[in-house]
Amino acid sequence: MTLNILDVSLRDGSHSVRHSFTEDQVRAAARGLNAAGVRYFEVSHGDGLGGSSLQYGLSATSELKLIEAAVSECTTSEVAVLLIPGIGTKQDLENAAKLGAKMVRVATHVTEADVAAQHIELARNLGMKTVGFLMMSHMAPVEKIVEQAKLFESYGAEIVYVTDSAGAMLPQDVTNRIAALRQSIQCDIGFHAHNNLSMAMANTIAAVEAGATYIDGSMRALGAGAGNTQTEVMVAVLERLGYETGVDLYKLMDTANDVIAPIMQQSQEVTGSSLTLGYAGVYSSFLLHAQKAAKQFGVDERDLLIKIGQMKAVGGQEDLIYEVAQTLAR
Amino acid sequence: MTKLKVGIIGSGNIGTDLMYKIERSPVLEMSVMVGIDPESDGLKRAKRRGYEIISNGIDGLMERLDLVDIVYDATSAYAHKRNSDLLTAAGKKVIDLTPAAIGPFTVPPVNLKEHIEKSNVNMVTCGGQATIPMIHAINRVVPVDYAEIVATIASLSAGPGTRANIDEFTSTTSKAIEVVGGAKKGKAIIILNPAEPPIIMRDAIHALVEEEGHEEAITKSIQDMVVEVQAYVPGYTLKATPIFEGKKVSVFIEVNGAADYLPAYAGNLDIMTAAAVQVGNEMARHLQREKEVIS
Repeated sequence: MTLNILDVSLRDGSHSVRHSFTEDQVRAAARGLNAAGVRYFEVSHGDGLGGSSLQYGLSATSELKLIEAAVSECTTSEVAVLLIPGIGTKQDLENAAKLGAKMVRVATHVTEADVAAQHIELARNLGMKTVGFLMMSHMAPVEKIVEQAKLFESYGAEIVYVTDSAGAMLPQDVTNRIAALRQSIQCDIGFHAHNNLSMAMANTIAAVEAGATYIDGSMRALGAGAGNTQTEVMVAVLERLGYETGVDLYKLMDTANDVIAPIMQQSQEVTGSSLTLGYAGVYSSFLLHAQKAAKQFGVDERDLLIKIGQMKAVGGQEDLIYEVAQTLAR
Repeated sequence: MTKLKVGIIGSGNIGTDLMYKIERSPVLEMSVMVGIDPESDGLKRAKRRGYEIISNGIDGLMERLDLVDIVYDATSAYAHKRNSDLLTAAGKKVIDLTPAAIGPFTVPPVNLKEHIEKSNVNMVTCGGQATIPMIHAINRVVPVDYAEIVATIASLSAGPGTRANIDEFTSTTSKAIEVVGGAKKGKAIIILNPAEPPIIMRDAIHALVEEEGHEEAITKSIQDMVVEVQAYVPGYTLKATPIFEGKKVSVFIEVNGAADYLPAYAGNLDIMTAAAVQVGNEMARHLQREKEVIS
């Protein structure tokens, strides 16, 4: 059985390098992914198209330049982009499509798929491979995920993703969700993990065994929080399990070692704070903001993240971190 | 002084909430609610409260123009164009709560006086009403090169219109941040949070100013502006204190609604309707003054 590997280093990894990717870095990574035979890889600001902001961090190089550079390095791979309605717009998607992006993942909070109808429709009209991406999937029960996935499918999504944005899910949570989707929707199913509880690889196996055929990873786990399932490890493990990925493992390892490792600003091991993200169910990109705010206001970043988890913050609410840090400091 | 008669087109959340607020106005008199669904909660409530109701939309209202001096349009950008053309041609004042933005963007504490004589004014968006006063408050101390706002609202308070047209929020608000707030460049982000119990509307305003410093003056200007907004939205409050980091200023706001129609968490609806009533009040006072001068 063949699985589709999607590398998110150049999008989710944007969080980890504080949105500092350069054109040269993106070109080198794109060349490596293309040579390794990775079918799709994602290039955007960490918060998707239009994410460059004071709230999330300004991009050092415009994402459109990065997308254009990545596209120009591809002979067989295709460039995907992320779009979160409310942050990015249809105009941003058109701009990315003009530069050669061939896939879009339209992402909403797990209960809010209906804000994405127009963007999915546009993506289909632009001839892009169109994905509905249900973020923070750990926060909703199985029935809700099924309901929202059906909405995405009804708008025209060709793949629906279960996205563990907080790295809070355990293998059984993944199995339950993916298996229920496999029963109730026709389109393909994908899974996106974060490794905050060291569960990314285990969760990925659970997803594949329950019927997911699109699987995300990042090289050297360069993604928000403790990162994603490590793409090169994932390819090796999936092969050992008997799946075909079409990826050249050595070439992928080389890209991870030669291109990604040198640009990492910190290690992606599970630290006290990334562990707290998974434990408290907090959106992974809050990590570096929480570390900064904790320092600025002299509070324990774990207390800060636990409090934010209790407040049921969703993706994008980074402003809450600074406000809560200020309150905790009093 | 005789009150001016008010019509509301659109009997959804916004229109119904407006009705209750107009009842408290010293210069406006609720007259007619116009909808297209006789079974809508808004029309039923208006009828129960003794107002005229019209259930065949703008066409019905055009036959009863005697009922209105000022018309609030809480329908959709698409419907607004025709509504506005018909009503302004008949000499009626139109206050637009849709994203159509045919008339100038109006944020009461910033530019209401400028637009008081216009035949059609637009109320921007909920996020715009909540944040543009803060951007203006910073900009009047130090010029703002860039301002960005992040509005987080309870999922339950975002109606189907907002959800289907979420890009309109982003583009209209960004534009108004520049035109009304005075920022050279604007950006807007909206986030829906489904938490139970529903979260109160919160807004973050991040600005990059031309030069560092002026912290005391900016903070004072922000606090003064909060008081001005509280005059018509009592639940408008500053959360934490403004954070300064070089040229960056961050301000956090919470908007508790008056719970006239939707519960208090829906501060986003409240600030739109409260601002729109402010505009109506000032228009009414202005029209009355003109009448007095003529007679």
